[in-house]
Amino acid sequence: MVPDVIVVGGGNAALTAAISARRAGAEVLLLERAPERMRGGNTRHTRDIRIAHDAPLDAAPGAYAVDEFFEDLLRVTGGETDRALAEIALRESAGVPAWMEAQGVRWQPALTGTLHLSRTNLFFLGGGKHVVNTYYDTAIRLGVRVRYDATVTALLAGGDRVVEGVMLDGGERIAGRAVVVAAGGFEANVGWLGEYWGEAAERFVIRGTPYNTGLALRALYDAGAKRVGDPRGFHSTACDARAPRFDGGIVTRIDSIPFGIVVNASGKRFYDEGEELWPKRYAIWGKLIAEQPGQTAAAIFDAQVAGRFIPSAFPPLRADSIGELATLLELDAAAVTATVAEYNAAIVPGGTFDPAVLDGCATRGLVPPKSHWALPIDTPPLFGYRLRAGITFTYLGVEVGTDARVVDEGGTPFENLYAAGECMAGNILSRGYLAGFGLTIGTVFGRIAGRNAARHARA
Amino acid sequence: MLELDLIAETERQFGICNACRYCEGFCAVFPAAEGRTAFGGGDVAYLANLCHDCRMCFDACPFTPPHEYAVNIPALLAAARAQTYERYAWPRALARLLRVPGASSATIAAVAFAVLLVLAIASSGAAAFLAPHTGPGAFYRIFSFGALLSGALLFSAFGIVAIVAGAMSFARDTGVPVRSAGALARAAHEALALVYLRGGGAGCYDAHRGSSSRRVLHGFVFWGFLAAFASTTAAAVEQDLLGIIPPFPLLSVPVVLGVLGGVAILAGAVGLIALKRRSDSEPVSHRMIVLDYAFLAVLALVALSGLLLLALRTTAAMPALLVAHLALLVALYATAPYGKFVHFVYRYLSLVKHAAESAPARAASTGGSHL
Repeated sequence: MVPDVIVVGGGNAALTAAISARRAGAEVLLLERAPERMRGGNTRHTRDIRIAHDAPLDAAPGAYAVDEFFEDLLRVTGGETDRALAEIALRESAGVPAWMEAQGVRWQPALTGTLHLSRTNLFFLGGGKHVVNTYYDTAIRLGVRVRYDATVTALLAGGDRVVEGVMLDGGERIAGRAVVVAAGGFEANVGWLGEYWGEAAERFVIRGTPYNTGLALRALYDAGAKRVGDPRGFHSTACDARAPRFDGGIVTRIDSIPFGIVVNASGKRFYDEGEELWPKRYAIWGKLIAEQPGQTAAAIFDAQVAGRFIPSAFPPLRADSIGELATLLELDAAAVTATVAEYNAAIVPGGTFDPAVLDGCATRGLVPPKSHWALPIDTPPLFGYRLRAGITFTYLGVEVGTDARVVDEGGTPFENLYAAGECMAGNILSRGYLAGFGLTIGTVFGRIAGRNAARHARA
Repeated sequence: MLELDLIAETERQFGICNACRYCEGFCAVFPAAEGRTAFGGGDVAYLANLCHDCRMCFDACPFTPPHEYAVNIPALLAAARAQTYERYAWPRALARLLRVPGASSATIAAVAFAVLLVLAIASSGAAAFLAPHTGPGAFYRIFSFGALLSGALLFSAFGIVAIVAGAMSFARDTGVPVRSAGALARAAHEALALVYLRGGGAGCYDAHRGSSSRRVLHGFVFWGFLAAFASTTAAAVEQDLLGIIPPFPLLSVPVVLGVLGGVAILAGAVGLIALKRRSDSEPVSHRMIVLDYAFLAVLALVALSGLLLLALRTTAAMPALLVAHLALLVALYATAPYGKFVHFVYRYLSLVKHAAESAPARAASTGGSHL
């Protein structure tokens, strides 16, 4: 039987689209590239979703007005956003919690664990993989057909701006009346990253699923979809160099940076580690490391601050002197010792160290400076991490209209081709980072794409 | 001490959990682990018994096999639990019963059956053993009341001593504040309500998804067990205080409680066996699952033989069924300190420790929410 809607992808946006299309009455086939055990794309690694709300929610205190949400978006993107799409994402986010609950998703209960509930973001009970499992259960119960290990490599053209199905990597052709592509970015495609980053791409860590190689994105371009976004752009963080090449998730992120210093392969500091509160700055460190020689760096801190930040999965390297630590970090001992001595000597004495605020513990006359949380690194044992840039997601995507239909290079929408999630999020989040916003875009536009695809297919 | 490789593996896996923390809404284990970076045997025993095996963390974890982190907390903690049961068993020499719980239970039941059969025939005579008995004291024509009472007291007393000895050394090793009334009370509530089989709202394992089946079935077994115990107590009261000699009429307190208890235990135990058989085979430890099955099977057989004994108590099958029921009770009591039965002791003590540890609100931390 020819499905009304083919959904390409298997993470949040794809599942949202599939469930929405199914609930709108369509016969839906979802094609997930990963095997069942690894299903769910990068949603497996998520934890929370950003939601606008005018009154306190069970899982989010206070209010987060659409206007404030929009200001946050303008701030991180420098104003570079498609306003019409952004407005839809923000406004419709308010209805997302109830929709998610209706699919069986539960929220992290208040007042448990170490997590203090956020005003802007709702946290999933059990994190993103639990949401993914819940969505698959719900989708399958509703009658969505799911195929795993199904890699889409091409969209089948059926006329001018019309697709009539998809082709899998084995050459199998699957017909469908409408197609929703929600298959993420291309961050796991080292060759593609290499087109913009050269051999540096070989040294990036990919924090998410190894299945996001952008084949479906490429298929969209091959079908004539219009590109959106900076191809070099990605969100990344400082990761432990021992992280697996792919799929290491949140646990290899290094949060020690504001508590110490970071040096590059030459043993030199290269950026203000105490520029701003860490939640506002951690997202720049992946890019900073990516731009250093060898795409490598090392974080150094001492016993005074050990245990003050969220630990990562692997214990830090440890030594009794800076020189020894430098050797463990595969750096020149003399260079690192000199850097630390210079940094220690530049610290303005008399400050009161407080990691919760901009404490003013700073260096004077040092280039680059450390503007806050500058404590001498002098109390053994000394600790260090070798760092790599860990890519979370890419921004490159396709242009869509407010109905989630993909727009072709001439600016005209396809008739029956839709996109949702990371492969179109760059229309809204062109750069920068807002925690939980990728899922907001994926869910809002997944629902829109699913509904509209179902309506088109059944018309 | 628990096996060193298990301690190292616990430290490795919780190193990943403590950097992630996505599961902290499910149960007490993850908040309890968060402050710990180095683990001793006592920490592992504590976390292992704090775990109620709901397996929701396995369902939710992005790092389960085939991921190279190979995180599998339910299997790890189940294996550790099986080790704690053996480590704290008293006397230690008998702990090897744990290694082959099914065979141990079956052997004990078979030997008890043979011994009781010989005793019954020797005391009542072969003809009486094959004849129906009715009226007051019918059971005592097979075994005298004194023999039944002394057997029951012997096995109960031994079981209690053995379990208390294990509990005391567990409490000492893991640092359970056994004198904290508030912690004891909160833990009692959490244990009786089976709070941690709720999976923070998501439920507990059942064919790859959460449900309340296990909590309900466990309730059948637990409350059935208490009803059966109450039935025995009521029987003692009727006989010794009221002078009513069993068998009791069908509409008497001991029989009604016994039937309710027996049916509940049978339904719960069979249901739990079925639930375990259809659940995911990955987040389990082989050593623990055989303890589970052995205990549930003995419980179910005790309940079944008790119900059959009641149903056929006026027929010639009564003496043989009485022997069988008593033999199964011997197997249940003899293996209790060395099998799954002790789970409630260590789990309760771990809940007490957790209640005491988490009483003061822990400091909130930030920064874990961003990817």
